[in-house]
Amino acid sequence: MNITFNKKPLITYYALRVTYFALLLIALTFTTTTAFAQDNLPTDDEVNAIAQQLYCPVCENTPLDVCPTEACRQWRELIRLQLSQGMTEAEIKQYFVDNYGARVLAEPPRTGLNWLVYILPPAIILLGSFFLFRSFQEWTRPKVASADTGGGRSEASSPEKDDYVARLEEELKNRK
Amino acid sequence: MTETIPQKRGVPLWAQIIIWLFIVGLLALVGVILSKRQQGTVQPGDVIPDFTLPLFSGYEYEGRSEVQLSDFQGKVVVLNFWASWCKPCEQEAAELEEAWKFYEPGGEVIFLGADYVDTEPEARTYLKKFGITYPNGPDMGTKISQLFRIRGVPETYFIDQKGVLYYVKVGPFLSVNEIKSLIAQKNP
Repeated sequence: MNITFNKKPLITYYALRVTYFALLLIALTFTTTTAFAQDNLPTDDEVNAIAQQLYCPVCENTPLDVCPTEACRQWRELIRLQLSQGMTEAEIKQYFVDNYGARVLAEPPRTGLNWLVYILPPAIILLGSFFLFRSFQEWTRPKVASADTGGGRSEASSPEKDDYVARLEEELKNRK
Repeated sequence: MTETIPQKRGVPLWAQIIIWLFIVGLLALVGVILSKRQQGTVQPGDVIPDFTLPLFSGYEYEGRSEVQLSDFQGKVVVLNFWASWCKPCEQEAAELEEAWKFYEPGGEVIFLGADYVDTEPEARTYLKKFGITYPNGPDMGTKISQLFRIRGVPETYFIDQKGVLYYVKVGPFLSVNEIKSLIAQKNP
């Protein structure tokens, strides 16, 4: 009686342990597979790193990574798919240019009239700086010119006159 | 008596000319771009330049994987711009297909679908969902939509037998009869 009594729980105990380990093994296998699958799937950050360099023609001036429209969502999913297929950033961007035109690029390609975008702003800044510098020079360097009070007509100053005026002003200062 | 007068030395004449030429040129460029943007779609009466539309597999025209507008001289062309993400496009999808089925046997009218800024898997799902059978393909590089200067989707362009645009429909069709009456203007 006792043996029978003790044997039955023992079998049940081992059966439970085997079932437990089997379940654990299945769970581990499933978790690992899922983890591997998730590793293969590009993250949102990886997708957005490319998406932020693109603009959908439908939603002008909104970068693809923050654009809320359905068209842009589809584009982002396409980028995710292409990344998971092993395409590089350059290949993906080229795909979008081929399919939707160069205007989808946040940074226009350096060709033809697009060069104006790269050359004009620095050129304008340089030119502006040059003229500003020249103007400051003029403002901070007062020129002395003699004015003919009798005729009411100003004459251009000559070096001799400048010396003369300077000496005169110096003497007047000393007299004070 | 002497007085100190700051002597003004102006910008040289050649520099002034260059600066003004540059400013005028820049303004002209901006003006041209803005006027082009304000032009709107191509207008009825305009001769439509030839263009090439590549076709999705399964949506070819007589076995050809791409078609040109010039292939359809002598036929009325109904060119519909659509996209799978465009909800109003769904409203007219069935009507367009029904009209195509009506005209297909006669061979005097051709329907073309240009898929605008779309991804192929979603476009195919859309075509299958609405049972569309007329030639359809992607607007590669948005070249065709830029040619027509479309403002959105759906937009449908009716081109006569001589390649002249005679009607522009902005927005979805409300009925098959609407499509038929527009085609009847050139194909009684």
